[in-house]
Amino acid sequence: MAELLPALRTPRGVVTVLLLLLLAALPLLTQAFDQRYLLSVGTRIVIWSIAAASLNMILGYGGLVSFGHAAFLGIGGYAVGILSAEGFASGWLQWPVAIAVAVVWATLIGALSLRTRGVYFIMITLAFAQLVYYLSSGLAAYGGDDGLNISRSRFPGLIDLRDKATFYWLCFALLCGTLWFCSRLVHSRFGYVLRGARSNELRMTALGFPVFRYRLVAFALAGGFGALAGILLANDGAYVSPAMMSWVKSGDLIVIVVLGGIGALFGPLYGAIAFFAVEEFLPPLLNLMHRGWGEYWQIVFGPLLVIIALYARGGLDSLLGRHHG
Amino acid sequence: MMDYLLIQVLNGVQLGLLMFLLAAGLTLTFGIMDLVNLAHGSLYMMGAYFAWTLIGWTHSFALGALLALPACFLLGVIVEVVVARRLYARDHLDQVLATFGLILFFNELVRAVWGPEGRSISVPAFLNHTVTLLPGVAYPAYRFALIVVGTVVGILLAWLVARTRLGMLIRAGASNRRMIAALGVNIELLFSLVFGLGAVFAGLAGLMAAPIASVKIGMGDDILIVAFVIIVIGGIGSIKGAFVAAMIVGQIDIVGRAFLPDFLKTFMGAASASAAAPAISQVLIYIVMAAVLVWRPTGLFGQRT
Repeated sequence: MAELLPALRTPRGVVTVLLLLLLAALPLLTQAFDQRYLLSVGTRIVIWSIAAASLNMILGYGGLVSFGHAAFLGIGGYAVGILSAEGFASGWLQWPVAIAVAVVWATLIGALSLRTRGVYFIMITLAFAQLVYYLSSGLAAYGGDDGLNISRSRFPGLIDLRDKATFYWLCFALLCGTLWFCSRLVHSRFGYVLRGARSNELRMTALGFPVFRYRLVAFALAGGFGALAGILLANDGAYVSPAMMSWVKSGDLIVIVVLGGIGALFGPLYGAIAFFAVEEFLPPLLNLMHRGWGEYWQIVFGPLLVIIALYARGGLDSLLGRHHG
Repeated sequence: MMDYLLIQVLNGVQLGLLMFLLAAGLTLTFGIMDLVNLAHGSLYMMGAYFAWTLIGWTHSFALGALLALPACFLLGVIVEVVVARRLYARDHLDQVLATFGLILFFNELVRAVWGPEGRSISVPAFLNHTVTLLPGVAYPAYRFALIVVGTVVGILLAWLVARTRLGMLIRAGASNRRMIAALGVNIELLFSLVFGLGAVFAGLAGLMAAPIASVKIGMGDDILIVAFVIIVIGGIGSIKGAFVAAMIVGQIDIVGRAFLPDFLKTFMGAASASAAAPAISQVLIYIVMAAVLVWRPTGLFGQRT
């Protein structure tokens, strides 16, 4: 608690603490005001924040533009889906297996992808994601293109994921855990090497750091946390399909990270809130201006992204002032 | 069996040439302006929609298609001046984000203007027959025309890049942008021109593919990824590389569609074989790309750094 007090003196600290309190109380608020739909939006925001936070590990701190991150969400989701279809319903089995598969896959493709630079890296990560995408759509036994209805993971005697509020709190707790892990990571020796390599790879190499190995570990970690988000996504909808790892989803994840602020600890959360707020509120807003316009909200959202890319690099996080340390 | 093989190889060549047209513009903007243009697939889509409208007005496939090309050029130049130009000096992340925004914009624009349901362009009457290539081997005239047009345009492009003054400037721009600007070349005009040219090639590929596939929203998005794979395999900025890689990808795709189902049926059920084959042929393309990049991290014909 003592660490929190100085944080409350900055605008960033105040906003963050208020936001976390609001999110923690969301199920109670939505119940009090009878807005159950908002809870499902909140659940999606929290899950996508975890996904974006995992991407932020490599994109933000590592400076590596991975354009295939949705594949890790898909791997997590499909691991749960396939295990549950085969009769292994226990979350104690499903979740570790899903994360392990994603970490192994991330290590494998990371080892290949990290040999390349710049645009080639963007494209090879995209290509590997497409590979997983097409493999999943070829899984005729598990629904193929149509996807797969699954039963939610079971944690007997502990929690019941079918209860919306319980599931939301679980997601929120995991988000807090993920962000806590990120903050420990960034301020560790590991994080400093990773960020050092982002600004000057040659110098870090000259200092004797095996940059490739650091990046590979970051890539594998990002894959594991991405799979966690995928597991939650699969349990949220009780459904997995290849669509959850289409390259557009990978693009959405990049949008969320940049929108929130690249390399900012809470950036993914801000970004996810903004992303879903736009998705939920822009259409009704446009409809107010002219009936029927709301359907075409992406005509506004697309140019908005162009403007953000051109003029608002720091994302929402930069509105809260400069970082200290 | 040989006839079937020949026809499939031709289908692969035809697909490869279409992909080459799309990839050529992409590799030029990539190589010269250093721009990751995800919206290149949108230009492909717009080419098909422009052609659909213009064919409806003129009642002639050839005339409509011809008129669609300057429309694509104009659109390309507008996109360059309004958005792309501001992105050249930015890092790849900004470019990905901004051009991703353009994709959303164009897909939604098409939905608003042309409606959500797909359109179709029928094969023109003068090409709606088959040609006999060898005794006993008939091939659809439209697909054959695609091969001819693709080859001619490819040769034109090669000539333009290798033998003309504009091509010389393009090659110079690809190797050292600042130097040719310092030598007094109007580099802004050159970039607009190259971008517009790329848009014409993309639009041409889109409208030529339309009678075989269909004209629909997002038609350029998935094919764009394949075009990226092609230029990455070939080496960014290399027209020759794009051509070779497009041919390889075209053949892999067709082989996957034509022969894999039969092969898979030998050890799995017919239904799952025909479901898995297209997926596996797509996967093969990405495996080839990964293999090439591991072997040569800057592609087959890319510049070593």
